[in-house]
Amino acid sequence: MKPFAYTRAANPQAAIQAVAPENAKFLAGGTNLVDLMKENVEQPSRLVDINRLELTRIVEREGGLRLGSLAKNSDTANNRLMRERYPLVTQAILAGASAQLRNAATNGGNLMQRTRCYYFYDVTMPCNKRRPGSGCGALEGFSRIHAIFGASPQCIATHPSDMCVALAALDAVVQVEGPQGARSIPFAEFHRLPGDTPQVDTNLKRDELITAIDLPAASSAFSAHSYYLKVRDRASYAFALVSVAAALDIRDGVIQQARLALGGVAHKPWRAAKAEQVLNGQRADEALFRRAADAEMQGGAGTEHNRFKIELGRRAIVRALTVAANGRAA
Amino acid sequence: MMENEEARSIARREFLKHSVIAGSGIFAASRLLTDGKAASLNEATAQTSASDSVAVRLRVNGTNYGLRVDPRTSLLDLLREKLDLPGTKKGCNHGQCGACTILVDGRRINSCLALAVIYDGSEITTVEGLAKGDELHPLQSAFVRHEGFQCGYCTPGQICSAVAMLKEVDQGTVSHVTEDVRQAGRIALTDTEIRERMSGNICRCGAYPGIVAAIREVSGPAAATGE
Repeated sequence: MKPFAYTRAANPQAAIQAVAPENAKFLAGGTNLVDLMKENVEQPSRLVDINRLELTRIVEREGGLRLGSLAKNSDTANNRLMRERYPLVTQAILAGASAQLRNAATNGGNLMQRTRCYYFYDVTMPCNKRRPGSGCGALEGFSRIHAIFGASPQCIATHPSDMCVALAALDAVVQVEGPQGARSIPFAEFHRLPGDTPQVDTNLKRDELITAIDLPAASSAFSAHSYYLKVRDRASYAFALVSVAAALDIRDGVIQQARLALGGVAHKPWRAAKAEQVLNGQRADEALFRRAADAEMQGGAGTEHNRFKIELGRRAIVRALTVAANGRAA
Repeated sequence: MMENEEARSIARREFLKHSVIAGSGIFAASRLLTDGKAASLNEATAQTSASDSVAVRLRVNGTNYGLRVDPRTSLLDLLREKLDLPGTKKGCNHGQCGACTILVDGRRINSCLALAVIYDGSEITTVEGLAKGDELHPLQSAFVRHEGFQCGYCTPGQICSAVAMLKEVDQGTVSHVTEDVRQAGRIALTDTEIRERMSGNICRCGAYPGIVAAIREVSGPAAATGE
């Protein structure tokens, strides 16, 4: 690991100031950043330790829930109000990583974690995300875990988070603070598609600090009919090949509103808007779920290694919607 | 053919010998760096430059330590190389195996990904701190009884992880396999729950049946008095 200078910030303003020099980075739990530093994928000149900032609370706000950016993933998943009102988020968080990692990883860090593309991690390989202009190892390489939606000729990496898939489905809002003050970023606009600048994962500016993530009150309407389905190579402690966050507001058998997002398929949590359109206002049954899945997945485009994700995604959507409609929360 | 193999095996022995020497060289260098210029972090927002060491206070297995560390030092390396506590094991060093699991303020984490500087002021328990004198922790004796290991390398991590896991269950936490996460109260610790909650600890010998049996025994009502 390359040597770095260390700053322990006492308040958000000091943290934002300290991260100003180019190539300085915020350090929270470190479960992804430290790993990347060990591989020399990340080589920050300075780490600004934000762990002492008072951003760890999870509180009710305007009928919704405000998650401190430095609350641990484990505490967030098991928060009483979260489990009651947004069980989809609890399920998604608990589907990711291990208990040990969730105890160290923070909510803000979960949003900021980087792809697990093998070529991004291997510094001897070309990667436009790690070294812009060097090419993409995955395009002609082994691409089983890669994107089927929204990819570009520059990058076919996927976003690895489970939590973010649920947050995307529930219209969370990211609260950030920077040198120019505070602003809110709707979840759908937080992460980016790769385009010609795959090195930029999010629309957060480098010197902006995530302070909280808000779950709106309206999204608790899905608490009775939501389900997070994760399909992976082993039963636990593995990243998703495909995951589905399904949330339905069903009254008298009719879907008032549907929310659907997919993980493991794109450079960002993939909100399945086409499927939602098919579901909204219709009677919940399997034929409808199949039509919704087809509407979304027909837009997918795979490589020879990951083409299976299109059919897998179709089936995963149908199953997640079926379980959600039946009212099982896990 | 035979000669070739012998040549290869000699080459391998030489290589290993050199790696050990090279390895200790790196270790000595990092000790020098660590013991060099020191910085204090008493100010509200404290800064160091890249060559500075950072003061860290830790309470480990009941003993207080004040140390100066290179900010790159993980808790794992600090425990093993500076505090002579080699019970915590370095497996993958990337948070993928759980061999390095320790308890920080009672919660289990992977010490390999934990920079020591961010845990300044914490209370740490390693596998060396679980027994009371000659009396093993109930989970330690259960692992022996149920043969919850073969080679034993993952065992300290398994046991530390299980200690924290049982506490999490008592606190009413749910897991990925819990039927309904909305329900309140203590979740019944089925084998499926044990396996999911322990999935952050890989055992390459495949001693999982023994590990699950040991944890099941300690979690049961009969063992409750042993804690």
